[in-house]
Amino acid sequence: MIPERFKAFLLPIALLAILEIWARAVGLQSDSLAPPSAIAVALVEAFQDGSMLTATRDTLISAFAGLSIGGAVGLAFGIALGIFHGFDRLMEVTIEAIRPIPSIALLPIALIALGFGYRMEIVIVAFACVWPILILTRAAVGGIEPRLIEVSRALRLSPVDRVRKIIIPAALPRIFLAFRLAAGIALIVAVTVEIAINPIGLGAAIMTAQQALRPDLMLAYLFWIGLIGYLLNTGLMVAQRHLFGRAALVGDSA
Amino acid sequence: MIAAVNQGANGPSPGRAQIAFSGVTLNLGGKAILENVSLDVKPGEFLCIIGASGCGKTTALRLAAGLYQPTSGTVAFDGKPMLAPRRDIAIVFQDYGKALLPWRTAAGNVSLALEASGMAASQRAARIDELLKKVGLPNHAEKYPAEMSGGMQQRLQIARCLAQEPKALLMDEPFGALDAMTRQGLQDEVLSLVRASDATVVFVTHDLEEAIYLGDRVIGLLPHPGRIGIELKIDLPRPRDQLTTRENPEFLRLRRELFDFIKASEA
Repeated sequence: MIPERFKAFLLPIALLAILEIWARAVGLQSDSLAPPSAIAVALVEAFQDGSMLTATRDTLISAFAGLSIGGAVGLAFGIALGIFHGFDRLMEVTIEAIRPIPSIALLPIALIALGFGYRMEIVIVAFACVWPILILTRAAVGGIEPRLIEVSRALRLSPVDRVRKIIIPAALPRIFLAFRLAAGIALIVAVTVEIAINPIGLGAAIMTAQQALRPDLMLAYLFWIGLIGYLLNTGLMVAQRHLFGRAALVGDSA
Repeated sequence: MIAAVNQGANGPSPGRAQIAFSGVTLNLGGKAILENVSLDVKPGEFLCIIGASGCGKTTALRLAAGLYQPTSGTVAFDGKPMLAPRRDIAIVFQDYGKALLPWRTAAGNVSLALEASGMAASQRAARIDELLKKVGLPNHAEKYPAEMSGGMQQRLQIARCLAQEPKALLMDEPFGALDAMTRQGLQDEVLSLVRASDATVVFVTHDLEEAIYLGDRVIGLLPHPGRIGIELKIDLPRPRDQLTTRENPEFLRLRRELFDFIKASEA
């Protein structure tokens, strides 16, 4: 009767229906919960008055700018560490000492140094994104088929060409996976910074709704953040399959 | 310079060696892989190296390619010591599946060697067509390695090596993983490609008949540590033929001699 792919939606729809019925039955009055219908209305209103789009824009700018900067740094260091074992040993202790610092713990320093706004948030997101990309890129480069490195040596490729034509393409499927993971982290950290202190974006909007005793609006933002995360990950997964279908297959069999 | 002059004066072989191993020893991880190997390969010669597994055949080839440096002794090419790989020495690896770039098409894989040599982009396409045609892959330029059979992938690797216009072609058990029919076809193709190019060939194999069929000379290595145990000159007439050459009494005699050598080396 019901197509297989829609089965996964049955449970959430049923839960929403039960929540709605329950909220109406007890005449829900709460600072933390709201019936799904009220959340939907709040969501539409927030889109209509433009506040949702502004907040979404601010959060995504910070998340993507941080992801780009952190990703570039992580990629450069990851490749260098994967290629030069001496450099890897030199940096090992330093990296392992800095990496465990929770990115959000940088907030007080970043706030003093950079003040409120995009810059502070971008720096913290970038810090959080460096590590997964650095670690996974280093592993991807270190795990490249040694025969390919010998081919590049036998052909006497220049160091730049070796990186550009052999190392990056060979490691790219795994580097892309690292970016996908980091994109999720970027969104989480951006919203966290906004909830904690930065008065912009979706995180700050949730806090404003909370303080205005508007659980419907608060939950509407929450739903929207979840949807953005889902769409981001799905989009990147589709891109990954589309870009690396063949290369990923070959790389995994090695 | 002095060493080269001395070699010229005292060397037993007439004509200058293109690849010269003199007293080459290689230790890896404290273990001697090759010990005191001296060997001259003349320009245009087809030398085959055989031996039981673990005798250092592949290592010798990598030394000749400049991918390894000897622990002691010297490896020289055209009289100059090999301190790094050279573009005019091409190496065909046994595991073609790993030596090709899976993200590039057949044409792209050949192109890599042309890009390495700095050929202008505008000239590459014609050269790629020519090379793919030469190895019998004229209609597969846009295929990826994963879409090709083992034999086709090895042809492609050979095309990439020919793109280097090598003076020496080093082949490491290139047909070891292929079925018998494909292997015989490729043996004949390699012979005709080499004859057309005048390249020196060092061909490592564990197939004794393949070594005799292809080579001007066969060297057998003894294991632990690898060293030269036998050297046979192959005077079978060329062009060689899969049926008549293999039925030649001299072929059978050589095969017997190598077989006995391998058996004794494993004992």
